[in-house]
Amino acid sequence: MKFASRLVSFDPAPGDRFRPISTPIYQTATFEQEHADSFGEYDYSRSGNPTRAVLEKHLALLENGTRGFCFSSGMAAISTVTKLLRSGDEILADSDLYGGTCRLFSTVLERNGIVARYADACDPDRFEQQITPRTRLIHVESPTNPLLRVIDLRRMADLAHANGALLCVDNSTMSPYLQNPLDLEADISLHSATKFLCGHHDVTAGTVVVKDEKLAEQIYFVQNAEGNALAPFDCFLLLRGMKTLKLRLDGQQRNARTIAKFLASHKDIKRVYFPGLSEDPGYELQRSQARGSGAVLSFTTGSIEVSKAIAEHAELFRITVSFGSVNSSISLPGCMSHASVPPAVLAQRELPLDLVRISVGIEDEDDLVADLDRAIHLANAGTSIAAGAETLR
Amino acid sequence: MEIALSTYDLQDSTVAIHGGRTLDSHASSILFPLYQTSTFVHDAVGVDKGFSYSRVSNPTVDALEKAIGALEGTPPAVCFRTGMAAVTTLFLSVLKSGDHAVLSDVVYGGTMRLFREVLDGLGITASFVDTSDPANVEAVITPATRIVFIETPGNPTLKLTDIEAVSQITKRHAILLAVDNTFLTPILQRPLELGADISVLSTTKYIDGHNATVGGSLATRDDNLLERFLLIRKTIGTTQAPFEAWLTLQGMKTLPARLRLHCEGAMIIARWLENHPAVERVYYPGLDSFPQKDLAEKQQRAPGAMIAFELKAGVDAAIRALNSVQLCSRAESLGGLETLITHPSSTTHADLDPGLRQSLGISDGLIRLSVGLEAPQDIIADLEQAFAAACSSSATEEVTHEIR
Repeated sequence: MKFASRLVSFDPAPGDRFRPISTPIYQTATFEQEHADSFGEYDYSRSGNPTRAVLEKHLALLENGTRGFCFSSGMAAISTVTKLLRSGDEILADSDLYGGTCRLFSTVLERNGIVARYADACDPDRFEQQITPRTRLIHVESPTNPLLRVIDLRRMADLAHANGALLCVDNSTMSPYLQNPLDLEADISLHSATKFLCGHHDVTAGTVVVKDEKLAEQIYFVQNAEGNALAPFDCFLLLRGMKTLKLRLDGQQRNARTIAKFLASHKDIKRVYFPGLSEDPGYELQRSQARGSGAVLSFTTGSIEVSKAIAEHAELFRITVSFGSVNSSISLPGCMSHASVPPAVLAQRELPLDLVRISVGIEDEDDLVADLDRAIHLANAGTSIAAGAETLR
Repeated sequence: MEIALSTYDLQDSTVAIHGGRTLDSHASSILFPLYQTSTFVHDAVGVDKGFSYSRVSNPTVDALEKAIGALEGTPPAVCFRTGMAAVTTLFLSVLKSGDHAVLSDVVYGGTMRLFREVLDGLGITASFVDTSDPANVEAVITPATRIVFIETPGNPTLKLTDIEAVSQITKRHAILLAVDNTFLTPILQRPLELGADISVLSTTKYIDGHNATVGGSLATRDDNLLERFLLIRKTIGTTQAPFEAWLTLQGMKTLPARLRLHCEGAMIIARWLENHPAVERVYYPGLDSFPQKDLAEKQQRAPGAMIAFELKAGVDAAIRALNSVQLCSRAESLGGLETLITHPSSTTHADLDPGLRQSLGISDGLIRLSVGLEAPQDIIADLEQAFAAACSSSATEEVTHEIR
């Protein structure tokens, strides 16, 4: 079955006698037990909930895995994966990583004896040199956020497995529609489901999908022990949002390609970061491991002031953190979503402070291009006036 | 915007409804709106209206945190996806590799599991002791000890720990005291006023009260701790969901009223159980026979609504009785409107070593009852018929199964 069909044709309510087409919301903390000394399928919603079970199974199938898990946020999903490690173990991560993930590594893991080190995974040979006998987990995003660098996931999987480590891929910028890390031999495919999977900015959620049953049991153990599974109502919203994943992303990608070309040819834009452009260094690799280039892209202007002004003059692109929604959004990662990256790491990863990240929605492409064009024009006009005034004083 | 009420001179039933009430300044809705959103638009780069991303904070979750804080007598509490997420965040906030914690041996099984299976791997150790004698706490404190975590009344035998006495020990050693107050809530027991630093709640239980959500909270008057909880929560992403927060907010408005009825019903049922010929022993802090009745009267405003008891006829009869109830529900959890009946040794405490269970007083015949808001005489009638069925032949047991 093709992906569009798989998105909507799943059993929405296994065993339900009323056969609803939409999954019922089991908004309950606990479940009655048939017998005093043994449990039925569900006993307590922290441990398992029928609404969540439908979503978790559906996600596992969409990611070509066997077991899926949903969490209260993307960070809760990543935090759970790191619980596979013990004091003394190491994580090797790509240097372009979401700020919250860096914060998890530095704030929580470090004091518990788990060291995270960063290296440029776009250069796999040098990346490999950073692997030590203690490395238990390799963690990468691809394309990365916010620099949209493409990482060779098959190669990362080989490196991990040759060294007895697991490969976890944060697939948030792609979604299962465009890329399936497990098919590229990754051990764990992870999402901030807040992004494309949800698509409507109405749920904060995270997901983990694996193939290996033993790994699945470990993930389940932590999900239950730490109590960070997704709430039933949020599971329902995510199930509903995901039905239009392909429709949304097809539209978003079309718009993103148009905008990328527009920006690449704009005289006031310094550089565009988007693996969908044929001149992008990640273009070929992206084509070899994914089915599209997504709808997140970044660009620089050469001036932090101009970049800020573009964000503030844009009207359809609204200033928010997060990405992947039907609404277009704009942000300056250096000041917003990645503000929690430690300065030393920030320096290493060469994140330009004038970098503008946009997430392209499903608005009309002409409107989006016109909005950006206007914002870029006003930003440049405004800042040159301000610069002029500066000189006069 | 907050309602200008000086909450300190209001009664609990008023505080539960108005104490933390947050005005909906936009439409003046009497109920605070459900902000089912993951992100918020910024006015300019780096300029927001106090909310940016719901993993960090959300107006509806905030409203719940203010309301719980008002009940606790603290700044706004910090709310979590589950009680266990609250406990996980607490320990990750105050402990690091090499540190040590002291916990009540009757602490919830999930808290024990967290230490044995998750925190242990990070090099964090714990001692589980009988905290009903504070000297046992003092005896295991080492220079690496950072926190004492007690649960009183303890689950499931309702063994009490003297919060004030333990707090004197923790203060002397300059370490933290956290109290899991889930069984009583701040309405019936005020851990912070008795010297504790942190009050922990599984809001799943009495705070929500309707078995509709799972959730947890941490409350403290220590600003540094509060900051730390918020930092770790956003880092590991265990924030409560907006809809769950909204439901909890509505549920907790009736908390004082519900607890009054819960306790009244529990007292009637406990007395009935104590006089029943089939019952060997009843554990309930409201009974004169309860060994720590004086302590209960000293630190609790009421005995609560959790009862544990044993049948004279032993384990098999206990299981037959549980399988015969018709009104009470066999389900984990507690604190809801529905009376729940459980068999701790095969369910909530099944993960524990049998020897440890025995030493904690959790015999295989022990039954735990969370008294709901049904009429006490109806609960009694249900238990009466279940005891009768339990004490008759196994053939009857099979028939009862068919009926259910």
